[in-house]
Amino acid sequence: MSYKTNGNRFAIQTFSLSRKFRDLVAVDDIDLSVKEGELFSLLGPNGAGKTTAIKMLCCLLKPSSGTATVMGRDIREDPMAVKQIIDVSPQETAIAEHLNAWENLRLIGGIRGLAKKEVKKRSAELLEMVGLSKRAKEQVRKFSGGMKRRLSIAMALVSDPQVLFLDEPTLGLDPQSRRGIWEHIAELKGKKTIVLTTHYLEEADALADRIAIIDEGKIAALGTPQELKDSISDMQVMVVKAKNIHPDAIEGLKEIYPEVKTTEGGIEIRAKELSFYEIVDYLRPRGVAIQSTSLKQPTLDDVFLYLTGKELRE
Amino acid sequence: MRFTELATRNFKEMLRDPMYMGLEIGIPAGFLAIFWSLGRNMGDESFLTTTMLVPGVAVFGFAFLLMFSAMTLARDREGALLSRLLTAPLKPRDFILSYSLPYIPMVILQIAVCFGVGALLGLEMPVNAGLVFLVFLVLLVIGTCCVELGMILGLLFNVNQASAVGSTIITLVALLGGIWIDLKALGGVFYDVGNALPFAHATSAARDIMMGASFSSIAPDFYWVIGYTLVFSALGTFLFRWRMVE
Repeated sequence: MSYKTNGNRFAIQTFSLSRKFRDLVAVDDIDLSVKEGELFSLLGPNGAGKTTAIKMLCCLLKPSSGTATVMGRDIREDPMAVKQIIDVSPQETAIAEHLNAWENLRLIGGIRGLAKKEVKKRSAELLEMVGLSKRAKEQVRKFSGGMKRRLSIAMALVSDPQVLFLDEPTLGLDPQSRRGIWEHIAELKGKKTIVLTTHYLEEADALADRIAIIDEGKIAALGTPQELKDSISDMQVMVVKAKNIHPDAIEGLKEIYPEVKTTEGGIEIRAKELSFYEIVDYLRPRGVAIQSTSLKQPTLDDVFLYLTGKELRE
Repeated sequence: MRFTELATRNFKEMLRDPMYMGLEIGIPAGFLAIFWSLGRNMGDESFLTTTMLVPGVAVFGFAFLLMFSAMTLARDREGALLSRLLTAPLKPRDFILSYSLPYIPMVILQIAVCFGVGALLGLEMPVNAGLVFLVFLVLLVIGTCCVELGMILGLLFNVNQASAVGSTIITLVALLGGIWIDLKALGGVFYDVGNALPFAHATSAARDIMMGASFSSIAPDFYWVIGYTLVFSALGTFLFRWRMVE
């Protein structure tokens, strides 16, 4: 198990990492390498195995087989050493509700062995960064969901970890709060190694240096967002805006083009070769009132659908 | 001493919960007042004197502490906070101390409430300061024992289950703790079970000290309670180690 390979320093390496829960294989033989300073995203639907993988890397869950290293320290053999250099912002908002923001940061700084002076200094900086300075002395149970998430991320940063795990950091937030969190995460890019799990495509697309698409515990694809999109560049996506779209028309169209998705006010058809006339000539006689058609660039959603045959639901 | 930050947090969470603090003071005070009134109306034959009631109600009050401590830990386990804390380089013993130590001031507070209310109702304290210390020590140990058992419940059960099991233990302490019902009068298997548990031993030891008994005469009861406290503490640490890496 090498910490350096071909001159690259890897912050995280997994070696056939697997975890079973009785008959269910949650993480299936994963081999990954995350470079130092990289923002690496695990993208997949709920139940894909993302959180299980993170829990193993944070030493909260023992692998059923295989292992992983974090900055060269083995998660099986030396979990305490791994815990010294990581921090995590869990999927649910993990904060002490009856404490104020200052006290929450002090709690994490304290249990991670930081001196009081240092905690105070870093807490002030982090509260400023996440825009909570003015409400730092209020009990956090009065905070909104977005504020709690921002504090949760600040808590994960107070010990200045070498590797930061962000597990679904914007889950359940409104779009405005989500974008606010993205800005804070973007500020950290390049400064530390970040592993971010998400099932939001735009999140991975906007933030990640590299993405591993995970499905049913396996890595389905790995690359930069652009590389993943390029991997299906020969795939065409036609967007049809129309009225009176009925199930019979969709089912019939699926016999010609298997990948047809209903969207709000229209349908999307994916195939390597699409015939505009064939589609229009099929839909019109069946009462579908076509308003417009267009071709669009493949998105990560298309990549996921192409690779797994499933959609990532938001 | 990294665990002190977590212990401080747990203590603050208690202090800032008005419901918890209200029950902490209200339960022993209320029970003492009710049974004292009952004893007074029953006349001279009643065993419900303040000397008998104060140590008994203190032990009974700790059973509520047991339920609260179990629910606090279970709630942290159910939420993501404990998961987050478990990613820090703390050992199982640190966690057990962090969750159990903040309850020790609560044990002392409850003892103070019992004796304070008891004094208002005419409790006569032992004249010997050594005996006062000894009764405090016995109650402190059974209080700690209850908190350690609370840790075990909090590690084994979710909040709803911990509440249900805690309520069952409260009933068990009321019935088999020798507080209001003489275990010998219960007899049979009930006597055996009550006698095997630490609560009746603590009640008996504390009452005997209040009536002037020496340490040597209550030592077997005291050691019984200490034994349970050590076993519960070790079991809690073991369970925390198990929970740290599921």
